[in-house]
Amino acid sequence: MIEVQEITKQYGDKVVLDRVGMQFNKGKITSLIGGNGAGKSTLLSVISRLLSQDGGVVLVDEKNVTEYKSKMLAQRLSILKQSNHVRLKLTVRELVSFGRFPYSQEKLTKEDNKMVDRAIDFLNLKEIEHSYLDELSGGQKQRAYMAMVVAQDTEYILLDEPLNNLDMKHSVQTMKIMRKLADELGKTIIIVLHDINFASHYSDYIVALKNGKIIYHDTTENIIREDVLKDVFDINIKICEFDSKRICNYF
Amino acid sequence: MRIAVLSIILLLLAVVSLFVGVADITVADIISWDIEKISLISISRIPRTAALILAGVGMSISGVIMQQMTQNKFVSPTTAGTLEAAKMGLLIFFIFTPNAGMTLKMLSAFLFTFFASMIFLAIVRKIKHRNVVFVPLVGLMFGGIIGSVSTFFAVQLNIVQDSNAWMMGDFSGILQGRYELIYLTLPAILITYFYANKFTVIGMGEEFSKNLGLNYNSIMNIGLFCVSLTVSSVVITAGAIPFLGLIIPNVVSLIFGDNLKKTLPLIALSGAVFLLICDILGRVVIYPYEVPIGVTVSVFGSIIFLFLLIWRKR
Repeated sequence: MIEVQEITKQYGDKVVLDRVGMQFNKGKITSLIGGNGAGKSTLLSVISRLLSQDGGVVLVDEKNVTEYKSKMLAQRLSILKQSNHVRLKLTVRELVSFGRFPYSQEKLTKEDNKMVDRAIDFLNLKEIEHSYLDELSGGQKQRAYMAMVVAQDTEYILLDEPLNNLDMKHSVQTMKIMRKLADELGKTIIIVLHDINFASHYSDYIVALKNGKIIYHDTTENIIREDVLKDVFDINIKICEFDSKRICNYF
Repeated sequence: MRIAVLSIILLLLAVVSLFVGVADITVADIISWDIEKISLISISRIPRTAALILAGVGMSISGVIMQQMTQNKFVSPTTAGTLEAAKMGLLIFFIFTPNAGMTLKMLSAFLFTFFASMIFLAIVRKIKHRNVVFVPLVGLMFGGIIGSVSTFFAVQLNIVQDSNAWMMGDFSGILQGRYELIYLTLPAILITYFYANKFTVIGMGEEFSKNLGLNYNSIMNIGLFCVSLTVSSVVITAGAIPFLGLIIPNVVSLIFGDNLKKTLPLIALSGAVFLLICDILGRVVIYPYEVPIGVTVSVFGSIIFLFLLIWRKR
């Protein structure tokens, strides 16, 4: 389980995270929502040790992340950021193979290759596994990166705005893969989302941040409510039910 | 397969390189064990060929490591002030302890390249929007600054010509007993080979490296160490060899990609092959005189570099 306690982070005078504390549920998808500058991505970066906090602790399986060897932590927790553009000319398979780096460093074992194959199948990349990344479309690239995360085979998967720059089809595809990862492989997924409807449709829990504080943390149906969302986003949002899923209309 | 082909080419070129020169040596001389010619081969020809191969391998590998560390394809010892720093190290050595011997000379050049590369990396980190051409431009300016300081002191001390001569890539002066420092590139080459995957991961950026559990800073330092050791030992024994670290990794990357585990041997072999060809050409083109290798490498290197610029732009 991932637990954060009293996390604070400031840039100069600006407090980005203000004593944030919570626990993320295992085997579920938790979406972080909130306006720009609410602190969602910062929180994700702190949890994944890409950014060091000014105060508070992050616990992964009851152990402080700073006490992990970085290799061991990389076998438990992975993060995919939108800004992680790899400029190297690698094939899809080579990129996915680097997901096994935390386990085997310089030489892949048979076991590693099996995991790479599985990840490639999981994301339907078999046909393009030998294509170079720079020849792929945005959607295919995103799938290649996710395959790398799948190959890394971590209990916890963190994603920072994975739907940015993706069209509707690929956004839906991405979220369905997340669902599959949680439901079939039992992964714990924490994901920063901007589109409230994607959060509503695909997540089990939603965490709402505002001004560096967690103001709501609950199951999806308890968050996707007109009064709650008005409080989070400061705009009026109408909610209608469709096929037992709630759709938000804020236009 | 490709590695085998390149190895055979390298071997053939090495043999050619052994037999090209003012003194006419044939295979028959070796078979008949002509003492005079055998000793010429062992004192001059073998050291020269060995130095060429090591310098070719070392400089092209240094280039690729620097490109991984800065995540920029146009960074190399030529475009990051590394060569100028080595020159400054030699100059300082020359000013303060000119007779102190090779070890100190090497140390001086090594320390200067190491710290200059460290400063360059720090500058690159500070640049927020890393435009592909902007980073090497900063490197060239950085090198210009170091170079101008060196030139100032060289002018004051009347050793401009000497200091320019140090930097002129030239293998004709290489003799047994005076070139052995270049073997210091070997450990650097070996480290790079065994750390190939780590250097590939570094090239994906700091956050990516952290996600994969790589100790980013320690690998950066190892890279710095390897580059500084290689560049300074090559500069001391043979002078500066421009462009090699830039074009060889780029050409290999364009054709075979950037997975170093796969491409590192290709980069190393191509570097040695390219340098041997340049050297043999330089030796025969105005026979019995020699064109310094710095000139031949620059001519071919700059042409290939121009093509690369256009090619990469696409």
